[in-house]
Amino acid sequence: MTKRHLNDWRPGASIDTLKARARLLERTRAFFRERGVLEVETPLLGASFGTDPAIEPLTSEFNGPGYPKGKQLNLQSSPEFFMKRLLAAGSGAIYQLGKAFRNGEAGRRHNPEFTILEWYRPGFDAAQLMDELAALIRDLVDDQTLAVERCSYRSLFVEHLAIDPLEADIESFRRCARSRKLLLADDMALDRDGWLDLLMSSFIEPSLGATGLTFVSDYPASQASLARLNPHDQRTAARFELYWKGVELANGFEELANAEEQSERFEHENCRRFTSGQRPMPVDDALLSALEHGMPDCAGVAVGLDRVLMCQLDLEDIDRVLAFSLARL
Amino acid sequence: MATYNTNEFRGGLKLMLDGDPCVIIENEFVKPGKGQAFNRVKLRNLKTGRVLEKTFKSGESVEAADVMDRDLAYLYTDGEFWYFMDNESFEQYQADANAMGDTTKWIKEQDTCMVTLWNGSPIAVEAPNFVVLEVTDTDPGLKGDTSGGGGKPATLETGAVVRVPLFVQIGDKLKVDTRSGEYVSRAKDE
Repeated sequence: MTKRHLNDWRPGASIDTLKARARLLERTRAFFRERGVLEVETPLLGASFGTDPAIEPLTSEFNGPGYPKGKQLNLQSSPEFFMKRLLAAGSGAIYQLGKAFRNGEAGRRHNPEFTILEWYRPGFDAAQLMDELAALIRDLVDDQTLAVERCSYRSLFVEHLAIDPLEADIESFRRCARSRKLLLADDMALDRDGWLDLLMSSFIEPSLGATGLTFVSDYPASQASLARLNPHDQRTAARFELYWKGVELANGFEELANAEEQSERFEHENCRRFTSGQRPMPVDDALLSALEHGMPDCAGVAVGLDRVLMCQLDLEDIDRVLAFSLARL
Repeated sequence: MATYNTNEFRGGLKLMLDGDPCVIIENEFVKPGKGQAFNRVKLRNLKTGRVLEKTFKSGESVEAADVMDRDLAYLYTDGEFWYFMDNESFEQYQADANAMGDTTKWIKEQDTCMVTLWNGSPIAVEAPNFVVLEVTDTDPGLKGDTSGGGGKPATLETGAVVRVPLFVQIGDKLKVDTRSGEYVSRAKDE
């Protein structure tokens, strides 16, 4: 994260970079217009919030007519729940280009407010959506020859670390980190998924997408609370991520459409939040009702457009692609 | 025991790690979109000078090192220790060769150095960024010779050797950047 010098009123991004950003937004809209995907806008402020223990909301409060005691509102970490309600209401294919917010995240690749592109394709499976995402990125960065490769989460761990992420226990993860000279705080308390995240971000991620776009698919079921489980292996879910130049750019799912299963997963995550001392989140009952009503089978993906711009322009710090990052507010 | 939360991490912050004081050189926030956040931190061990990388779970706290930086005047050396004094309290400190490191080749008596004290003893001594030192030996070279461009070595009064332009002569006073060990300019006579 860039530290601002006193009295530095200037933007972090150059004017040329701001022009590249404007072009990125234009091309995104053109891409979806050509494909007949409808642009929608949903609220940035929501009453509920996802239960994912790894994502914390920035909050605000409404005071006014109807709410004499005030109502807490959460800046949305993604437009997912609202967009799923539109899908259940019969919207067909939709996309949204806007802002999303995450508390506690600031660094070279993170800003608490960032630009997100999210879209949903009824009738698509994960493979079809990965193809469409690759086509979009090639379009955005004007490189139709950009290579695309696909691999599974499990195969990456086997190839890079000779360990099975679906079966190995925490002790083997610890040994694996130690044997590769990763220095950790002695008392670092991580659960299984925490260890997987540590190994992934330390040893695998940096080399992903070195020569083009790399899709990683079939994440452990425990890391995909909004995705459908893979019928061929219930230990994994139909979740994928896109990496380019070692940077995580997008996250997509075949969406879980079963209201009961979704409700159980929310509850399970809220339990995890509770045991780790985090505040449980109000469950989105409207989303569950929409799923009960029936959401078409679909796949959806969210893309961090600031990072796409970083990769396109080979800029190392998100501050360089934003007009005003956190440090410049 | 004072502690720092990972959210307080920044370059220059001093922590205790495995019993040794360390200073943060670089702090990187690492987090998958849907997963655990970490701080990947590059540190210098202030006792050994070694640089290491350590990963912390974001949100955890780490013991602070009871370390402070003081501007002290360099007095003299007896070959085993280098002696410094606080010009206000007149308190004296002795630094060993390990704490001095490279600094010995840049400083003269009365220079002010930044001395890092841990539990009251010097563990690191930094020379001023710029020092002025006299040339005690260098190849006289040919007058008017401006070819070559690469310069020549010159030995300074403290024993340090730096590359200088060909026109520099024995007895000249030079301004040197101690961080890079490079010649900056000839110093004007005071």
